[in-house]
This record gives sequence, C-alpha cells and structure tokens, in this order.
Amino acid sequence: MTEQVESVISADRSAQAGIERSASLWADAWRDLRRRPVAIASAVVIVLVSSMAAFPWLWTRTDPRDCPIQLSKATPSAAHIFGTNELGCDYYAMTIYGARASIIVALVSTSLVLLVGALVGMAAGFYGGWVDSVLSRLADIFFALPFLLGALVFLSMLRSHSVWTIVLAFAVLGWPPLARIVRASVLATKNMDYVQAARSLGASDRRLLFRHILPNAAAPAIVVATILLGTYVASEATLSYLGIGLQPPEISWGIMIAQGQSYVTSGYPHLLLFPAAFLSATVLAFILLGDALRDALDPKLR
Amino acid sequence: MSDVVLEVRDLTKHFPLTKGIVFKRQVGAVRAVDGVNLTLRRGETLGVVGESGCGKSTLAKLIIGLEKPTSGEILVQGQNLARMRGSALRRARRNIQLVMQDPYTSLNPRMTVGDIVGEPFQIHPEVAPRSDRRRRVGELLELVGLSPDHINRYPHQFSGGQRQRIGIARALALRPEIIVCDEPVSALDLSIQAQVINLLERLQEELGLSYIFIAHDLSVVRHISDRVAVMYLGKIIETGVDTEIYDHPTHPYAQALLSAVPVPDPTLRGLRDQIILEGDVPSPANPPSGCRFRTRCWKAREVCVEQEPALVEREGSAHPSACHFAEERDVVHATD
Amino acid sequence: MLPEPDPDADLLDVRDLRIEFRTRDGVSKAVNGVSFTVQPGQTRAILGESGCGKSVTAQAVMGILDSPPAHVTGGEVRYRGVDVLTLPDEERRRIRGNHIAMVFQDALSALNPVFTVGFQIGEQFRKHLGMSRTDARRRAVELMDQVRIPAARQRVNDFPHQFSGGMRQRVMIAMALALDPDVLIADEPTTALDVTVQAQIMSLLGELLRERQMGLVLITHDMGVVADVADHISVMYAGRIVEEAPVRDIYARPAHPYTKALLESIPRVDVKGQQLNVIKGLPPSPTRVPRGCAFHPRCRYARDVCRQDPPPLYGVDSRRTSACHFWEEVVSARSEGSEPRSREQDEGVGGE
Repeated sequence: MTEQVESVISADRSAQAGIERSASLWADAWRDLRRRPVAIASAVVIVLVSSMAAFPWLWTRTDPRDCPIQLSKATPSAAHIFGTNELGCDYYAMTIYGARASIIVALVSTSLVLLVGALVGMAAGFYGGWVDSVLSRLADIFFALPFLLGALVFLSMLRSHSVWTIVLAFAVLGWPPLARIVRASVLATKNMDYVQAARSLGASDRRLLFRHILPNAAAPAIVVATILLGTYVASEATLSYLGIGLQPPEISWGIMIAQGQSYVTSGYPHLLLFPAAFLSATVLAFILLGDALRDALDPKLR
Repeated sequence: MSDVVLEVRDLTKHFPLTKGIVFKRQVGAVRAVDGVNLTLRRGETLGVVGESGCGKSTLAKLIIGLEKPTSGEILVQGQNLARMRGSALRRARRNIQLVMQDPYTSLNPRMTVGDIVGEPFQIHPEVAPRSDRRRRVGELLELVGLSPDHINRYPHQFSGGQRQRIGIARALALRPEIIVCDEPVSALDLSIQAQVINLLERLQEELGLSYIFIAHDLSVVRHISDRVAVMYLGKIIETGVDTEIYDHPTHPYAQALLSAVPVPDPTLRGLRDQIILEGDVPSPANPPSGCRFRTRCWKAREVCVEQEPALVEREGSAHPSACHFAEERDVVHATD
Repeated sequence: MLPEPDPDADLLDVRDLRIEFRTRDGVSKAVNGVSFTVQPGQTRAILGESGCGKSVTAQAVMGILDSPPAHVTGGEVRYRGVDVLTLPDEERRRIRGNHIAMVFQDALSALNPVFTVGFQIGEQFRKHLGMSRTDARRRAVELMDQVRIPAARQRVNDFPHQFSGGMRQRVMIAMALALDPDVLIADEPTTALDVTVQAQIMSLLGELLRERQMGLVLITHDMGVVADVADHISVMYAGRIVEEAPVRDIYARPAHPYTKALLESIPRVDVKGQQLNVIKGLPPSPTRVPRGCAFHPRCRYARDVCRQDPPPLYGVDSRRTSACHFWEEVVSARSEGSEPRSREQDEGVGGE
C-alpha cells in the first residue's frame, strides 16, 4: 500500500519536472549550466584531465620513464607527437602522467579546505559570541600569511616533498578564506524567517544547522571551492617550478615547465609550450566553471 | 467565551546597548517592550496595532518564545512560559504557533511543501506516528485550500498567497490553541489579502483558534479583531473592544493614528477630523519621562512630564486609556 | 531646430505607450497602450497591483527605464506638446529635472549615503544652473524649510542615514522640487512609511501642489490614499488601463469588474463587520497574459466574448472610460453582499 503511494508520488514528481519550472535551486542551476557553452567546455576539459590523472594508460601506452637517451630533445614527430625532452623521454606520455599530481593536489587540498573551512565557518557563524571571536581571530592570523610564501616556508622546513606534504601545506594555509565565506553566509541565513520559523517550532540546533542553514548557505562555498581547484593546480606547478614542491623523478607539469624553460631559446619551445598549455587549460577550466556556477546559483541573475 | 488561554503580565524586553569589542560594557538599553499586559480568550482575536518601532514584533517574538523576556510572565494554562526550559518548554510551545509576514522568506526554499508542513511532526514526533504523517500533511493542505497533490513541490512554484497558506498549514500542524499572526497579509498583493483574511476567519471558526493579530494596517485589524490594543514606544496606550477603539478613541495617539488612516471613499474628503502629528517617534533607548507621547501631544501639560499615566478606565474613557486627559474624539467618520 | 514647448498644450499627455521587456526567456509586454493626461494643479492616480506595469510607465515617462531589458516600442510622452521620447538625450535630461521630476518609494536607497543631504539637494543647482557651492547650499536650506524639515540650517550637513524615514522622504521631495518642475511623478511615495508619517507627507505634497500649480502623477496601490488626494484615476491591470474616471465616479459606481472587485475586497477602518468579497485567482504574469480580456479568468461577469476579444475602451460618459464589454451591467449592479457564498468564493481557492 505504502509502496503504491510512493510510486504514485514519484511518478507525479517526474511528470511535473517535465512540464513546468520545478525542483530545487540545484536543479535550476544544472539546467542553467547546460545552456552555457563555456560551462560545458570547461566541464569537458576537466573530465578529460581527470581521466588522464586516473587512467593515464587510456591515453598513452608509452612509459614516460622509459627514456632512450639517444632520442634527446627530439622535435614533435609521428612517433613522438609532443617530441622528447633532454633525457629522451616521450613528452606526450610525460604530459599525460603529469596530470595526476596536479589533480590529486587540487582535489585533496580543496576537500580538506572545504571541510575545515565549513566546520570553522559554521561554528563561528552559528554560535557567535566568544566562539566566533576566537575562530575569527585564528583565521585572521592564517589569513595574514601570504599563501605562496607560507607554503614555501612550510615546505622548506620539511625534508620530504611529496604530493601529500604539498596537500598538507595547502590545507593548513588555505582554510581561512573559506571559513570566512561560510561564516558570512551562515550569518545571513541564520536570520532568515524560515530558520526563525523552525526555531519557534522548537527545532534543535542540529536540525537548524543541517536542515535549514547549511543547504542554503553552501552555494558560495562551493563556487569558491571550484575556483580553488584551479588555484591549487597552478600553485602546485609554481612550487614545483621553484624547486620546493615535487622533485624529479616525479612527473608534474610544474617540473616539466621548470626544466623545459631553459631550452626555449635554444630552439625547443615545445618543452615549455605543451605542459604550460595543459596547465593553463586546466586552471582556466576550473575558474570558468566556478564563474558559471556562481552565475547559475545566483537567483538574482535569473 | 470567558476562558483565558493566554495571559501576559508586566512583560518587558530590554535589548542592552554595549560598547567595546572584547570587553563589552552596557551603556544603556532599548526598551522594546516595557510592561505589557494582555489577556487572550478562547476563540477571540486580539489585534495589536502600532507603528514601526513600537515593539509589536518583539512582543510577538516574546510570546512565541523566540526571545527571552527581561522580566514578566507569559501564562498558558497556568504555566509560565518565561520560566520554562527544555522539554517542558518544547511541549508548551506546541500550543502557540506563528504565522509570519513574508511568505517569500518564511519557507525554506530547499524543502518541499510536504517537508515544510510535516516538519512540526518531526520536531515533535509524539504528536503523530510516522505512518500517519503524510496523510495529516495532505489534510492540512486541504484545510488551507491547497491541493494535497502539491506535496512534492517547492515553495518557489507557488504564488505569495499560496505560500502564506503553506505557512498557515505549518502553524496548524500541531493543533495549537493560539496563533500569533505577525503582519500576515501586509506582504501580499491587494487582491490576495482578502483571500487570506477570510481563510484565517474560517479556520478560527472551525478550529476554535485564538489569534493575536499584529499589524500596522488598522483597517485590516478592525476587520478581523474582537479587541484591539494600541502600542506606542513599548507600551499599550489604549485597549478595548472594536467599537471602543475605532468609534470612541480616547488617547491622543490612538486618535492621531486612526485619523491618519485613509478611507477609500472620496466623498469623505475634508469631512474627517484629521490630526497631523509633528515630528518623529522618540528613540526607545531614551524614552521621554512621564507619558511617552507627551513630546508630540497637543494636550501635554506639566503632569504628563512628571507622572506616567496608567492604562485604566478614566472619567473620559469607558475603556482603559493611558492618558491623563482622556477624552473621546471621533476621527474615523465624517464630522461637521 | 527642436520643438518649443507650447504653453497651451496639455501639461503631460501620454498616448498609447507600449513597453516590452526582452529577456532570455522571451519578450513580455509590460505596458500595452497606456494613455493619460495631467493638467496643472491636478493629481492623476495610476492605481494597480504589483506587476501591472504602473512603475514601468512612470519610469518611461521620466526617461529612466532600464534599457535593456526594457524597450519603449510605441506611443508618445508629450510635455506641453513636445514628444520627449523623440528628443536627443541631452534635451531629455534638460526636461527631466527642469520640468518633470520624480519621487521614489525607497528614499534610503535613492539617496547617496556618502554625501550630505545639503550637497545632494544643491547638486541640481550646481549642475543645471551653474551655481556656486555656497549659493547652492543656501538654496538647499530654503528647500528643506519648504518641505518642513525642522532645523534645516543645522541639518543640511547631515547624512541620509541620520534622518528618519519620513524626513528622508521630505529630502527626496526637496530634491525633486529643486528646479521648480511642473510635473511631479511620485512612485509609491508613502508605501514604506507608517500611517501617521504617510499623512504628514501626503498633506505636504497636497500643499506644494496647490502653491506651485504642479501636476502630480501618483503611482500607488492604496485605494485609501487615492480617495484622499486624487482628482482622476487610471486603474491598470496587466499592462493596460482598464478604467479611467474622476475620483468620485469610480468609487461611487465603478465601471470595470476589477475596480469594483478591488473596492469590495478591502476592509475599511470606519465600517464594522464588513463582508470582504474576494477576487479569485492571481494577477497574470506579464509573460502569460490571458487571451481576450486579461481579467476574464478572475471576472464574475465574464462570458464567451471576453475569452476571445480584448475589450476596447468604451466611453461610459463624457468623462470616463472602461475596458469591459459589459460595463453597463457593472455600473448598474449593486455591490454584492449578503447572499450565501461558497468557501471557494470567500477565499479564492482553486483559482490560483
């Protein structure tokens, strides 16, 4: 009997979705995003780069560490479409394998930053008072450290430089802006009438936070997180370029750019161009998607 | 008619004004509500009118439990809500529900209508068994004139008037005796207001509800209320049944307020006794001594500065009026 | 050579104004052939609910439409015979302020928070008349006196947030009056104010109109205010004027079902135990205006013809018009009252 009711209801729901404006803000945003060419192009780039990171063998059968030295610094050809580097490694394979470090750093750092930032921001915004004072001042202190300089100092104190130490550096330094954003939107949402209405019904703090405030306050944080993904891809490359991030024999776009740049003027610009193009495309894709998401989630623009 | 469902005694709410960032010290207080007494009987509507800043919305929040009073009592079935805590308070709250002003912000945009109207049951699970909730939500929607088929829709798919009905259905879910309506129609379009007013009246008749109807529109309040209380700067300055307030007002502020209400009848133009008040309402952080209206009152004398007039029946007023010189003056109808 | 204003022509004559909004979701006809006139010393009320096109009309007359998305697609706005819609921008700016001025609903957002009110009032004198700062300030104080802001001399250097809502509205009126315009357009000037403050502002506006022989276009939804101050009323519904008449006629014997229904649905402060009649359903959204007469789905007089043919403006008598096929029936009907009615009629359920 109940099953029957449920199925009728869900049928009703899908029927409505087809006919008229319906569903939630996220569904609206999704529909809006599908109509934006920039968003679709960005998403395609992100999916491609992510597949390089997860399944590089889909893209190349060549081992980037199998480097016949006699092939050193070959220009692009049919056998090596991106050419080879000074050690004779296949540059196309290296570029594909280089995506993994970027994507892992970006995804894991952003997840950690999102988690810490959201928890701190929610606590500060919802409880206010001394909790807010303490957490906000703490965030201010971290906020005052320049991000890249902080990461440089942090990493130079550590002996080993792996993907995970970089993630740790980014997470420790990156949460304050997110905490601020979450705090601001929790503060704004907390005083909305519907939260007051639930409070007047006797709802618990947990219900207020997770049922009423968080779903309505999450959008700005998610937009910023999307843009942060791009920023972290770029920052990882920067650190590796400066020699304080990943070290060879690891493969990353930053290292490739660092090593490739010295050969640009001696007639091998492809050693810089290919990794730089992949890096820029990925960073740009994340930032443009974040922008599109911001527009799509802002009901005032609709 | 005589059984009292809610009594408010000497209710005050002072919001402290503080200075300093880390070490806050109090430098004063906004006296939003300053000694209010009210009685609400079963099945009756008590209108509370006043202009912005008079404390009527704070009064609503105090009664509904969204703010803690500074002092005073809120008595429901002999229990003082102001002193209650925890689960006892949660149970007591079921009896008083709120209908808010703005139907666009009072419903969570991420929840379906079914979830919104059913939320009271989730917060108070003892009221209805889980298996019965969906049926009850459907009944509630029907009761307020919405189709139960709309249970899976989101608020933005409804018009303002329909959203206000959803808000009313939510307020009715726990079968309260008392509903506090805080400006329930002022955000609605002209042609929709009457729909919601008539709905509230029918629900009152069918369910025996008591309303505290807070509004700035004196015409709407007259239409729906049995008794009316007029507020100025945190105090009730005149109270009585409908005709006492509207046809025989005795407090100068009530008279000024009523005379300012335009009547949709051009033949009365120039025939009504119009009182144009001077100046602005003083700050509730620093109210005048004695009578709070004296700074704008044309009757004010020495005694008004020194002595605060009590809200009592007087020589010039058959119903309670807080004016030393209370005297009837018809400001609503045409006079010659 | 630009046309010179003709002092014998109507002060303000709006003819068949049409405005469209062009957005991603399509074109909506917000204003669909609106005409009205204003004479010196007269108040023309444009009455309607939100979304009926009354504010857009005011903005178009004033020349401050947000364009895009809004576009004037037809009609004329004649000030003393000169069609301001066809004037070059420079000329239009001169008319605006000098001859036509506007007062907005929300004084707090219409005033710039970082300048003193004296500076903002005086700005007009400096910009349009090339006055010096001190002269402009002196004139600003005079204007503040005229709109009865107490202690104007001291308050001229205050910022907008230091004034109460009513005083801010007076500042706005002072700004509008600065260049001595002949037409004042007031868009819901008292909607955000308390009722005693509303009475202050309306009585001030009334006095200023009489003193200066200005024409006032009052955009509002408040039937009480209109009854108090207007001479002529145009009732708007879904982008059209559905009824136009002198104020007493319209309240005594409305000739359009919408006007009639509105009058019966609002409670009056001077009547006890009144029955409120409800208009079922909702005002249409400008993107989906019903065929035929836009009001027909909510109208108790509607018949087949109303679903097909949009009614023209019928002349009810020499001074008034109504856009209803059955206006004769409406005018002669007495107000519905006592017969028992259903819940649906009472609360307008189902129709929304």
